[in-house]
Amino acid sequence: MQLLYHLIEIIVKCVVVFGCLMLCVAYMTWLERKVLGHIQIRYGPNRCGPFGLLQPFSDGIKAFFKEDLIPGRADKVVFVLAPMIAIVTAISIFAVIPFGNQFTIPGTNWVVKLRLADIDIGLLYIFGLASIGEFGIVLGGWSSGNKYGLTGSLRAAAQMISYEVALGLSIIGVIILSQSLRLTEIVNLQAGGFWNWNVWYQPVAFILYIICGLAEINRTPFDMPEAESELACGFNIEYSSMKFALFFMAEYAHMITMAAVAVTLFWGGWQPPLPFLSFIPGVVWFCIKLFIFVFFFIWQRGTFPRLRYDQIMKFGWKILFPLTLVNLLITALVISLKG
Amino acid sequence: MLIEYLAILIYIAIAIGFALFAVVASHLLGQRKRTALKEAPYECGMTTVGSSFRRIPIKYYIIAMLFLLFDIEVVFLYPWAVVFKQMKSFAFISMAVFIGILLIAYIYIWKKGALEWE
Repeated sequence: MQLLYHLIEIIVKCVVVFGCLMLCVAYMTWLERKVLGHIQIRYGPNRCGPFGLLQPFSDGIKAFFKEDLIPGRADKVVFVLAPMIAIVTAISIFAVIPFGNQFTIPGTNWVVKLRLADIDIGLLYIFGLASIGEFGIVLGGWSSGNKYGLTGSLRAAAQMISYEVALGLSIIGVIILSQSLRLTEIVNLQAGGFWNWNVWYQPVAFILYIICGLAEINRTPFDMPEAESELACGFNIEYSSMKFALFFMAEYAHMITMAAVAVTLFWGGWQPPLPFLSFIPGVVWFCIKLFIFVFFFIWQRGTFPRLRYDQIMKFGWKILFPLTLVNLLITALVISLKG
Repeated sequence: MLIEYLAILIYIAIAIGFALFAVVASHLLGQRKRTALKEAPYECGMTTVGSSFRRIPIKYYIIAMLFLLFDIEVVFLYPWAVVFKQMKSFAFISMAVFIGILLIAYIYIWKKGALEWE
Protein backbone atom coordinates (compact mmCIF):
# COMPACT_ATOMS: atom_id res chain seq x y z
CA MET A 1 0.00 0.00 0.00
CA GLN A 2 2.80 2.33 0.98
CA LEU A 3 4.52 1.59 -2.31
CA LEU A 4 1.36 2.33 -4.26
CA TYR A 5 1.02 5.73 -2.56
CA HIS A 6 4.64 6.41 -3.37
CA LEU A 7 4.05 5.55 -7.00
CA ILE A 8 1.00 7.81 -7.20
CA GLU A 9 2.96 10.63 -5.58
CA ILE A 10 5.81 10.23 -8.06
CA ILE A 11 3.50 10.18 -11.08
CA VAL A 12 1.58 13.23 -9.87
CA LYS A 13 4.82 15.11 -9.24
CA CYS A 14 6.21 14.15 -12.66
CA VAL A 15 3.09 15.35 -14.45
CA VAL A 16 2.93 18.60 -12.46
CA VAL A 17 6.62 19.39 -12.97
CA PHE A 18 6.37 18.57 -16.67
CA GLY A 19 3.29 20.75 -17.05
CA CYS A 20 4.86 23.68 -15.18
CA LEU A 21 8.06 23.42 -17.20
CA MET A 22 6.15 23.39 -20.49
CA LEU A 23 4.08 26.38 -19.38
CA CYS A 24 7.28 28.20 -18.39
CA VAL A 25 8.80 27.40 -21.78
CA ALA A 26 5.68 28.69 -23.56
CA TYR A 27 5.68 31.92 -21.58
CA MET A 28 9.41 32.39 -21.91
CA THR A 29 8.96 32.77 -25.66
CA TRP A 30 6.37 35.44 -24.88
CA LEU A 31 8.55 37.09 -22.24
CA GLU A 32 11.56 37.14 -24.53
CA ARG A 33 9.68 38.78 -27.39
CA LYS A 34 8.03 41.25 -25.03
CA VAL A 35 11.25 42.23 -23.23
CA LEU A 36 13.28 42.40 -26.43
CA GLY A 37 10.50 44.47 -27.94
CA HIS A 38 10.61 47.01 -25.14
CA ILE A 39 14.42 47.08 -25.21
CA GLN A 40 14.18 47.99 -28.89
CA ILE A 41 11.42 50.55 -28.17
CA ARG A 42 8.52 48.66 -29.74
CA TYR A 43 5.61 46.76 -28.26
CA GLY A 44 6.32 43.11 -28.91
CA PRO A 45 3.35 40.71 -29.21
CA ASN A 46 0.14 42.53 -28.14
CA ARG A 47 -2.63 41.19 -30.38
CA CYS A 48 -3.55 37.75 -28.95
CA GLY A 49 -5.32 38.34 -25.66
CA PRO A 50 -4.37 40.97 -23.06
CA PHE A 51 -0.67 41.99 -23.47
CA GLY A 52 -0.37 39.25 -26.11
CA LEU A 53 -0.58 36.64 -23.36
CA LEU A 54 -2.22 34.07 -25.64
CA GLN A 55 0.54 34.39 -28.24
CA PRO A 56 2.42 31.19 -27.20
CA PHE A 57 -0.73 29.12 -27.67
CA SER A 58 -1.50 30.55 -31.07
CA ASP A 59 2.10 29.86 -32.08
CA GLY A 60 1.84 26.31 -30.78
CA ILE A 61 -1.38 25.57 -32.63
CA LYS A 62 0.05 27.13 -35.77
CA ALA A 63 3.14 24.90 -35.52
CA PHE A 64 0.96 21.78 -35.36
CA PHE A 65 -0.89 22.66 -38.57
CA LYS A 66 2.11 23.68 -40.67
CA GLU A 67 3.35 21.41 -43.42
CA ASP A 68 5.70 18.78 -42.01
CA LEU A 69 8.44 18.76 -44.63
CA ILE A 70 11.32 16.30 -44.82
CA PRO A 71 13.86 17.45 -47.41
CA GLY A 72 14.74 15.01 -50.20
CA ARG A 73 18.43 14.92 -49.33
CA ALA A 74 17.89 14.45 -45.62
CA ASP A 75 18.81 11.37 -43.62
CA LYS A 76 15.20 10.75 -42.69
CA VAL A 77 15.52 8.76 -39.47
CA VAL A 78 18.13 11.04 -37.93
CA PHE A 79 16.25 14.09 -39.20
CA VAL A 80 13.15 13.08 -37.23
CA LEU A 81 15.09 11.87 -34.18
CA ALA A 82 17.25 14.98 -33.72
CA PRO A 83 14.59 17.41 -32.41
CA MET A 84 13.25 14.67 -30.15
CA ILE A 85 16.68 14.13 -28.61
CA ALA A 86 17.00 17.87 -28.06
CA ILE A 87 13.66 18.30 -26.28
CA VAL A 88 13.80 15.07 -24.24
CA THR A 89 17.22 15.83 -22.77
CA ALA A 90 16.37 19.48 -22.14
CA ILE A 91 13.24 18.49 -20.22
CA SER A 92 14.82 15.56 -18.38
CA ILE A 93 17.59 17.60 -16.75
CA PHE A 94 14.97 19.22 -14.53
CA ALA A 95 14.27 15.88 -12.80
CA VAL A 96 17.06 16.31 -10.24
CA ILE A 97 16.58 20.01 -9.45
CA PRO A 98 15.23 20.53 -5.91
CA PHE A 99 12.71 23.32 -6.33
CA GLY A 100 11.42 23.49 -2.78
CA ASN A 101 11.47 22.08 0.71
CA GLN A 102 8.96 19.47 1.86
CA PHE A 103 5.39 19.96 3.01
CA THR A 104 2.84 17.77 4.74
CA ILE A 105 -0.51 17.21 3.07
CA PRO A 106 -3.12 18.69 5.45
CA GLY A 107 -5.09 16.07 7.38
CA THR A 108 -2.54 13.32 6.86
CA ASN A 109 1.06 12.72 7.85
CA TRP A 110 2.16 12.17 4.30
CA VAL A 111 5.26 14.25 3.57
CA VAL A 112 5.75 15.42 0.00
CA LYS A 113 9.29 16.39 -0.91
CA LEU A 114 9.35 19.08 -3.55
CA ARG A 115 11.77 17.46 -5.96
CA LEU A 116 11.42 14.64 -8.42
CA ALA A 117 14.53 12.67 -7.62
CA ASP A 118 17.23 13.09 -5.02
CA ILE A 119 20.12 11.06 -6.38
CA ASP A 120 23.70 11.20 -5.16
CA ILE A 121 25.07 11.75 -8.66
CA GLY A 122 22.83 14.73 -9.36
CA LEU A 123 25.48 16.96 -10.92
CA LEU A 124 26.87 14.16 -13.07
CA TYR A 125 23.32 13.45 -14.28
CA ILE A 126 22.87 17.10 -15.26
CA PHE A 127 26.11 17.37 -17.18
CA GLY A 128 25.70 13.95 -18.75
CA LEU A 129 22.28 14.81 -20.13
CA ALA A 130 23.42 18.26 -21.21
CA SER A 131 26.13 16.54 -23.27
CA ILE A 132 23.59 14.23 -24.89
CA GLY A 133 21.49 17.31 -25.68
CA GLU A 134 24.28 18.54 -27.95
CA PHE A 135 23.65 15.54 -30.19
CA GLY A 136 20.22 16.91 -31.01
CA ILE A 137 21.62 20.10 -32.50
CA VAL A 138 24.60 18.45 -34.19
CA LEU A 139 22.61 15.61 -35.74
CA GLY A 140 19.80 17.96 -36.74
CA GLY A 141 22.14 20.15 -38.77
CA TRP A 142 24.06 17.24 -40.20
CA SER A 143 21.06 15.20 -41.30
CA SER A 144 19.33 18.10 -43.10
CA GLY A 145 21.48 17.67 -46.20
CA ASN A 146 22.03 21.41 -46.34
CA LYS A 147 25.29 23.32 -46.40
CA TYR A 148 24.10 25.97 -43.96
CA GLY A 149 22.79 23.29 -41.68
CA LEU A 150 26.03 21.33 -41.77
CA THR A 151 28.14 24.42 -41.11
CA GLY A 152 25.87 25.44 -38.26
CA SER A 153 26.00 22.04 -36.64
CA LEU A 154 29.79 21.80 -37.00
CA ARG A 155 30.18 25.15 -35.32
CA ALA A 156 27.70 24.15 -32.65
CA ALA A 157 29.59 20.93 -31.95
CA ALA A 158 33.00 22.61 -31.66
CA GLN A 159 31.67 25.49 -29.59
CA MET A 160 29.64 23.39 -27.17
CA ILE A 161 32.37 20.85 -26.46
CA SER A 162 34.90 23.63 -26.00
CA TYR A 163 32.80 25.40 -23.42
CA GLU A 164 31.74 22.17 -21.77
CA VAL A 165 35.28 21.69 -20.46
CA ALA A 166 35.27 25.11 -18.79
CA LEU A 167 31.70 24.58 -17.58
CA GLY A 168 32.60 21.30 -15.92
CA LEU A 169 35.69 22.83 -14.31
CA SER A 170 33.94 25.96 -13.06
CA ILE A 171 31.61 24.15 -10.67
CA ILE A 172 34.27 21.96 -9.04
CA GLY A 173 34.86 24.65 -6.44
CA VAL A 174 31.25 24.28 -5.33
CA ILE A 175 31.65 20.50 -5.08
CA ILE A 176 34.75 20.97 -2.92
CA LEU A 177 32.80 23.27 -0.59
CA SER A 178 29.77 21.01 -0.27
CA GLN A 179 31.56 17.62 -0.51
CA SER A 180 28.72 16.17 -2.51
CA LEU A 181 27.25 15.87 -5.98
CA ARG A 182 23.78 15.66 -4.47
CA LEU A 183 21.86 18.84 -5.21
CA THR A 184 19.71 18.79 -2.07
CA GLU A 185 22.83 18.64 0.09
CA ILE A 186 24.37 21.54 -1.81
CA VAL A 187 21.20 23.54 -1.17
CA ASN A 188 20.98 22.57 2.50
CA LEU A 189 24.55 23.73 3.12
CA GLN A 190 23.58 27.19 1.89
CA ALA A 191 20.78 27.57 4.45
CA GLY A 192 20.54 30.40 6.98
CA GLY A 193 20.74 33.61 5.01
CA PHE A 194 22.16 35.01 1.80
CA TRP A 195 25.67 35.34 3.24
CA ASN A 196 25.90 31.56 3.22
CA TRP A 197 25.27 31.27 -0.49
CA ASN A 198 28.04 29.79 -2.57
CA VAL A 199 28.20 32.81 -4.84
CA TRP A 200 30.11 34.74 -2.13
CA TYR A 201 32.63 31.92 -1.77
CA GLN A 202 32.95 31.21 -5.48
CA PRO A 203 32.25 34.52 -7.29
CA VAL A 204 34.65 33.86 -10.16
CA ALA A 205 33.25 30.37 -10.64
CA PHE A 206 29.74 31.82 -10.80
CA ILE A 207 30.64 34.32 -13.53
CA LEU A 208 32.50 31.63 -15.47
CA TYR A 209 29.53 29.29 -15.11
CA ILE A 210 27.13 31.89 -16.50
CA ILE A 211 29.39 32.64 -19.48
CA CYS A 212 29.95 28.95 -20.26
CA GLY A 213 26.27 28.24 -19.72
CA LEU A 214 25.31 30.87 -22.27
CA ALA A 215 27.70 29.27 -24.76
CA GLU A 216 26.31 25.82 -23.96
CA ILE A 217 22.74 26.80 -24.75
CA ASN A 218 23.78 28.89 -27.78
CA ARG A 219 22.43 32.19 -26.55
CA THR A 220 23.64 35.53 -27.81
CA PRO A 221 26.53 36.53 -27.77
CA PHE A 222 27.46 32.91 -28.50
CA ASP A 223 24.65 32.02 -30.92
CA MET A 224 27.04 30.98 -33.69
CA PRO A 225 25.08 27.83 -34.68
CA GLU A 226 22.21 29.97 -35.89
CA ALA A 227 24.00 33.14 -36.89
CA GLU A 228 21.27 34.63 -39.07
CA SER A 229 23.52 37.06 -40.88
CA GLU A 230 25.80 34.39 -42.34
CA LEU A 231 24.09 30.99 -42.02
CA ALA A 232 20.48 32.08 -42.71
CA CYS A 233 19.20 30.02 -39.79
CA GLY A 234 21.94 27.53 -39.01
CA PHE A 235 21.31 24.00 -37.87
CA ASN A 236 17.49 24.13 -37.97
CA ILE A 237 17.23 25.66 -41.44
CA GLU A 238 15.39 22.72 -43.05
CA TYR A 239 13.04 22.11 -40.16
CA SER A 240 9.38 23.07 -40.25
CA SER A 241 6.19 22.69 -38.24
CA MET A 242 6.42 20.98 -34.84
CA LYS A 243 9.96 19.69 -35.37
CA PHE A 244 11.18 23.26 -35.57
CA ALA A 245 9.08 24.14 -32.56
CA LEU A 246 10.68 21.26 -30.62
CA PHE A 247 14.15 22.72 -31.25
CA PHE A 248 12.85 26.09 -30.18
CA MET A 249 11.31 24.70 -27.00
CA ALA A 250 14.44 22.70 -26.27
CA GLU A 251 16.48 25.91 -26.33
CA TYR A 252 14.16 27.59 -23.86
CA ALA A 253 13.87 24.53 -21.63
CA HIS A 254 17.65 24.37 -21.60
CA MET A 255 17.79 28.01 -20.61
CA ILE A 256 15.44 27.37 -17.69
CA THR A 257 17.45 24.37 -16.50
CA MET A 258 20.73 26.29 -16.84
CA ALA A 259 19.21 29.04 -14.68
CA ALA A 260 17.86 26.45 -12.23
CA VAL A 261 21.29 24.86 -11.86
CA ALA A 262 22.86 28.29 -11.33
CA VAL A 263 20.27 29.06 -8.65
CA THR A 264 20.80 25.70 -6.97
CA LEU A 265 24.59 25.76 -6.99
CA PHE A 266 25.31 29.42 -6.33
CA TRP A 267 22.21 31.24 -5.09
CA GLY A 268 20.99 28.94 -2.36
CA GLY A 269 18.29 27.11 -4.30
CA TRP A 270 14.97 27.47 -2.50
CA GLN A 271 16.54 28.95 0.65
CA PRO A 272 15.16 32.39 1.60
CA PRO A 273 17.70 35.25 1.57
CA LEU A 274 17.03 36.12 5.24
CA PRO A 275 16.17 33.56 7.94
CA PHE A 276 12.98 35.32 9.15
CA LEU A 277 11.55 35.19 5.62
CA SER A 278 11.23 31.42 5.79
CA PHE A 279 7.44 31.62 6.27
CA ILE A 280 7.24 32.12 2.50
CA PRO A 281 7.48 28.68 0.85
CA GLY A 282 10.76 27.71 -0.76
CA VAL A 283 9.10 27.25 -4.15
CA VAL A 284 8.36 30.98 -4.26
CA TRP A 285 11.97 31.90 -3.57
CA PHE A 286 13.14 29.39 -6.15
CA CYS A 287 10.80 30.85 -8.77
CA ILE A 288 11.85 34.44 -7.97
CA LYS A 289 15.53 33.58 -8.32
CA LEU A 290 14.83 31.60 -11.48
CA PHE A 291 12.95 34.52 -12.97
CA ILE A 292 15.83 36.90 -12.23
CA PHE A 293 18.22 34.63 -14.10
CA VAL A 294 15.88 34.08 -17.00
CA PHE A 295 15.33 37.82 -17.27
CA PHE A 296 19.08 38.32 -17.26
CA PHE A 297 19.49 35.83 -20.12
CA ILE A 298 16.93 37.77 -22.18
CA TRP A 299 18.31 41.15 -21.20
CA GLN A 300 21.84 40.34 -22.26
CA ARG A 301 20.51 39.10 -25.60
CA GLY A 302 19.20 42.60 -26.21
CA THR A 303 22.53 44.10 -25.13
CA PHE A 304 25.48 42.21 -26.58
CA PRO A 305 26.35 41.84 -30.26
CA ARG A 306 27.29 38.42 -31.62
CA LEU A 307 30.95 37.52 -31.39
CA ARG A 308 33.01 36.27 -34.31
CA TYR A 309 33.50 32.51 -34.39
CA ASP A 310 37.29 32.48 -34.08
CA GLN A 311 36.98 34.91 -31.17
CA ILE A 312 34.54 32.59 -29.43
CA MET A 313 36.81 29.59 -29.76
CA LYS A 314 39.90 31.54 -28.69
CA PHE A 315 38.03 33.00 -25.72
CA GLY A 316 36.92 29.55 -24.63
CA TRP A 317 40.28 27.82 -24.86
CA LYS A 318 42.74 30.60 -24.10
CA ILE A 319 40.93 32.62 -21.44
CA LEU A 320 38.08 30.67 -19.84
CA PHE A 321 39.91 27.35 -19.54
CA PRO A 322 43.01 28.72 -17.75
CA LEU A 323 40.80 30.95 -15.58
CA THR A 324 38.73 28.00 -14.37
CA LEU A 325 41.91 26.05 -13.62
CA VAL A 326 43.39 28.96 -11.64
CA ASN A 327 40.11 29.43 -9.77
CA LEU A 328 40.04 25.73 -8.94
CA LEU A 329 43.65 25.67 -7.72
CA ILE A 330 43.18 28.76 -5.55
CA THR A 331 40.00 27.34 -4.03
CA ALA A 332 41.73 24.05 -3.28
CA LEU A 333 44.79 25.81 -1.85
CA VAL A 334 42.76 28.06 0.45
CA ILE A 335 40.66 25.19 1.75
CA SER A 336 43.63 22.90 2.33
CA LEU A 337 45.50 25.65 4.20
CA LYS A 338 42.50 26.67 6.30
CA GLY A 339 42.13 23.45 8.25
CA MET B 1 16.92 4.66 -3.16
CA LEU B 2 15.88 3.00 -6.39
CA ILE B 3 12.52 4.73 -6.20
CA GLU B 4 14.34 8.00 -6.97
CA TYR B 5 15.54 6.54 -10.23
CA LEU B 6 12.01 5.33 -10.94
CA ALA B 7 10.89 8.96 -10.73
CA ILE B 8 13.53 9.93 -13.28
CA LEU B 9 12.45 7.07 -15.56
CA ILE B 10 8.79 8.11 -15.41
CA TYR B 11 9.73 11.71 -16.04
CA ILE B 12 11.86 10.83 -19.06
CA ALA B 13 9.04 8.60 -20.32
CA ILE B 14 6.65 11.58 -20.15
CA ALA B 15 9.18 13.71 -22.04
CA ILE B 16 9.60 11.04 -24.74
CA GLY B 17 5.84 10.69 -24.96
CA PHE B 18 5.46 14.42 -25.48
CA ALA B 19 8.14 14.48 -28.19
CA LEU B 20 6.53 11.53 -30.00
CA PHE B 21 3.10 13.12 -29.74
CA ALA B 22 4.37 16.43 -31.13
CA VAL B 23 6.10 14.85 -34.11
CA VAL B 24 3.31 12.41 -34.96
CA ALA B 25 0.51 14.94 -34.48
CA SER B 26 2.11 17.58 -36.67
CA HIS B 27 2.79 14.85 -39.24
CA LEU B 28 -0.90 13.92 -39.30
CA LEU B 29 -2.43 17.38 -38.96
CA GLY B 30 -0.38 19.42 -41.39
CA GLN B 31 -1.23 19.47 -45.07
CA ARG B 32 1.30 17.75 -47.28
CA LYS B 33 2.03 18.44 -50.92
CA ARG B 34 5.41 17.21 -52.05
CA THR B 35 7.12 18.88 -54.98
CA ALA B 36 10.67 18.49 -56.20
CA LEU B 37 11.46 22.16 -55.62
CA LYS B 38 10.13 22.10 -52.09
CA GLU B 39 12.31 19.13 -51.19
CA ALA B 40 15.48 20.72 -52.53
CA PRO B 41 17.89 22.11 -49.91
CA TYR B 42 17.35 25.77 -49.09
CA GLU B 43 20.14 27.96 -50.38
CA CYS B 44 18.64 31.44 -50.35
CA GLY B 45 17.01 30.90 -53.74
CA MET B 46 20.09 29.66 -55.61
CA THR B 47 20.19 26.23 -57.25
CA THR B 48 22.17 23.82 -55.11
CA VAL B 49 25.62 22.99 -56.44
CA GLY B 50 27.27 19.71 -55.52
CA SER B 51 26.73 17.52 -52.49
CA SER B 52 25.81 19.01 -49.13
CA PHE B 53 28.10 16.61 -47.29
CA ARG B 54 31.37 18.33 -48.00
CA ARG B 55 34.70 17.69 -46.35
CA ILE B 56 34.98 18.95 -42.80
CA PRO B 57 37.90 21.29 -41.95
CA ILE B 58 40.63 19.65 -39.88
CA LYS B 59 40.22 22.28 -37.14
CA TYR B 60 37.03 20.63 -35.93
CA TYR B 61 38.78 17.27 -35.53
CA ILE B 62 41.55 18.89 -33.50
CA ILE B 63 39.00 20.55 -31.23
CA ALA B 64 37.25 17.21 -30.77
CA MET B 65 40.50 15.54 -29.72
CA LEU B 66 41.38 18.34 -27.31
CA PHE B 67 37.91 18.07 -25.83
CA LEU B 68 38.37 14.35 -25.17
CA LEU B 69 41.70 15.00 -23.49
CA PHE B 70 40.55 17.78 -21.19
CA ASP B 71 37.05 16.55 -20.48
CA ILE B 72 38.45 13.30 -19.11
CA GLU B 73 40.55 15.45 -16.79
CA VAL B 74 37.34 17.11 -15.57
CA VAL B 75 35.76 13.71 -14.95
CA PHE B 76 38.79 12.74 -12.82
CA LEU B 77 38.42 15.93 -10.81
CA TYR B 78 34.81 15.26 -9.73
CA PRO B 79 35.43 12.39 -7.26
CA TRP B 80 38.55 14.20 -6.11
CA ALA B 81 36.50 17.28 -5.29
CA VAL B 82 33.95 15.26 -3.30
CA VAL B 83 36.56 13.84 -0.90
CA PHE B 84 38.83 16.89 -0.94
CA LYS B 85 37.90 18.25 2.50
CA GLN B 86 38.76 14.95 4.16
CA MET B 87 42.18 14.60 2.54
CA LYS B 88 43.21 18.27 2.45
CA SER B 89 46.88 18.84 1.60
CA PHE B 90 47.58 15.33 0.31
CA ALA B 91 44.71 15.65 -2.16
CA PHE B 92 45.90 19.12 -3.13
CA ILE B 93 49.47 18.08 -3.86
CA SER B 94 48.51 14.99 -5.84
CA MET B 95 46.03 16.92 -7.94
CA ALA B 96 48.47 19.81 -8.41
CA VAL B 97 50.94 17.33 -9.93
CA PHE B 98 48.20 15.96 -12.21
CA ILE B 99 47.09 19.40 -13.35
CA GLY B 100 50.73 20.44 -13.74
CA ILE B 101 51.34 17.62 -16.20
CA LEU B 102 48.19 18.60 -18.09
CA LEU B 103 49.30 22.22 -18.15
CA ILE B 104 52.47 21.15 -19.99
CA ALA B 105 50.24 19.54 -22.62
CA TYR B 106 48.11 22.67 -22.70
CA ILE B 107 51.13 24.95 -23.27
CA TYR B 108 52.34 22.55 -25.97
CA ILE B 109 49.08 22.68 -27.94
CA TRP B 110 48.97 26.46 -27.55
CA LYS B 111 52.55 26.80 -28.91
CA LYS B 112 51.77 24.33 -31.72
CA GLY B 113 48.94 26.60 -32.83
CA ALA B 114 46.10 24.13 -32.29
CA LEU B 115 44.02 26.86 -30.68
CA GLU B 116 44.39 29.33 -33.56
CA TRP B 117 41.52 29.88 -35.98
CA GLU B 118 43.07 31.88 -38.81
